[in-house]
Amino acid sequence: MPVEIDIAHVARLARLALSEEELSTYRSQLGVILEHAAKVQSVPTEGLEPTAHPLGLLNGFREDLVRPSLDRDEVLAAAPDSADGYFVVPPALEG
Amino acid sequence: MTDWEPVVGIEVHVELKTASKMFCGCAVSFGEDPNTNICPVCLGLPGALPVANAAALESIVRIGLALHCQIAPQSVFHRKNYFYADLPKNFQVSQFDSPVAINGWLDINLDGTSNRVGIERAHMEEDTGKSLHQGGGGRIHSATSTRLDFNRSGVPLVEIVSRPDLRSAAEARAYAQDLRALIAELDVSDARMEEGSIRFDANVSVRPVGAGELGTKVEIKNMNSFRSLERAVASEIERQIALLEGGSRVIQETRHWDEEAGSTRSMRTKEGSSDYRYFTEPDLLPLVFAADTVDRLHSDLPELPADRRSRFEGMGVAAGTARVLAMTDPELRRIFTEAVAAGSDPMTTAIWVTGELTAVLRKTPSSKVAGVGLAGLLAMVKEGKLSSSAAKEVLTEMVASGDEASVVAERLDLLLVSDTNAIEAAVTEVLAAQPHAVARYRSGEEKVIGFLVGLVMRSTGGKADPKLVNETLRRQLVG
Repeated sequence: MPVEIDIAHVARLARLALSEEELSTYRSQLGVILEHAAKVQSVPTEGLEPTAHPLGLLNGFREDLVRPSLDRDEVLAAAPDSADGYFVVPPALEG
Repeated sequence: MTDWEPVVGIEVHVELKTASKMFCGCAVSFGEDPNTNICPVCLGLPGALPVANAAALESIVRIGLALHCQIAPQSVFHRKNYFYADLPKNFQVSQFDSPVAINGWLDINLDGTSNRVGIERAHMEEDTGKSLHQGGGGRIHSATSTRLDFNRSGVPLVEIVSRPDLRSAAEARAYAQDLRALIAELDVSDARMEEGSIRFDANVSVRPVGAGELGTKVEIKNMNSFRSLERAVASEIERQIALLEGGSRVIQETRHWDEEAGSTRSMRTKEGSSDYRYFTEPDLLPLVFAADTVDRLHSDLPELPADRRSRFEGMGVAAGTARVLAMTDPELRRIFTEAVAAGSDPMTTAIWVTGELTAVLRKTPSSKVAGVGLAGLLAMVKEGKLSSSAAKEVLTEMVASGDEASVVAERLDLLLVSDTNAIEAAVTEVLAAQPHAVARYRSGEEKVIGFLVGLVMRSTGGKADPKLVNETLRRQLVG
């Protein structure tokens, strides 16, 4: 069962600049995945409890305790740009 | 001409004051050096695994219960996907269709009228980092680069969404203030607007009075005080009415409040509509709160401001004063309660506590005033031993010295003369010296009494009880 995809919209949401050729490749690859999902969705689930997580575990909380953070200099050294303890990135245009 | 009805809903973001962040052990801090409380989880490094903070979840359940919400038997975290530099993972862990708390209400009070505002939901999420726009005067559109501080990234955040039940800018403000007071009472957040630990956004629309459908709504942001919230909502209501009356329509958008301009302005519209592609967060387990835990948290809730306000009203305190008293400093309320227990009239005491005492303590913080002391002072006023204005002077001195009202009044020589013999004598003397005024009074010119009271007060150095002087004068004039 073929699934309609606006592949350009999906690429835009993921901030990917794709060529026509790439768009076409991804359209067919994503199409296969969505067809598979559609097949899964067609399985009758009446009378089954919905599951939010495959493990069947719940909660898994941690105590509210402070643990040591990373060393700032080490972290910033791994960033493309930094200044005065901040990460520096190109200006953000969208709010 | 059409009459317009504003429709307002408020979204509130509350930063919780847990020791550690929502999904990692980094400290929750304010005003520390940038990027000093960061780790793989709150930096969104690949492979890092979040684990939910039990204390934060307890806090949101308490908030939900205090807002009379149902606590969902099971609740799930979702990923909200969008790109922004202060969001290192490119998604925010939030909740979508199964929030922790739903369907509650908050009773607000405005000018003595109580109003029940519906709460749609309260959900758990994480805060983002902070961006500082460099160059271009710090303005986002002309910035040359952006600096990022991730200390706030991952701080537990509770979002509380009201139903569109508010009908004016003043109601929006009252709701925000009452909700802030509730959060402060629960002690789950610093709840400081100026520091951003509690943030209010408003959804505003207008419709013709009597219309069933809602108008197109506009979301307004960037209000950093209750006053600016009220002004922003009022200005947006006006703008929308002007648009509609001019034959235009309202566009659904997000607008920024500009405090200096006193108006809202459009933010750059995103290309296309938001598409957050929510899906369940696979790294976090579903939340289930045991019924006995929820019951315990419910029964352990403190007295909430709205309930306290009703209790004060029940004691005879007027609604407006009861509201102020219910939200004031606990220390002041303790003084109120003690003074009333010591026999003071609740309304009189409430006025003094929320008025004069609040003002005096703001100037001179002190712990020397006890409720019993205030009761003593108010009793002196009631018994005519002290004028109201003198009592204010006495109160200031009581706060400074911790001495009893009677001691202070005597020391400052402010006691009213209630010695009836002295007053009788002063009255007799004045009447003897004013035969003309006496004659006018006796011929029916009642208002002359004011003149005579003034003379007696002057002859006693202003310290006679005016009520007693009045009575004595009338009696002697008749006799």
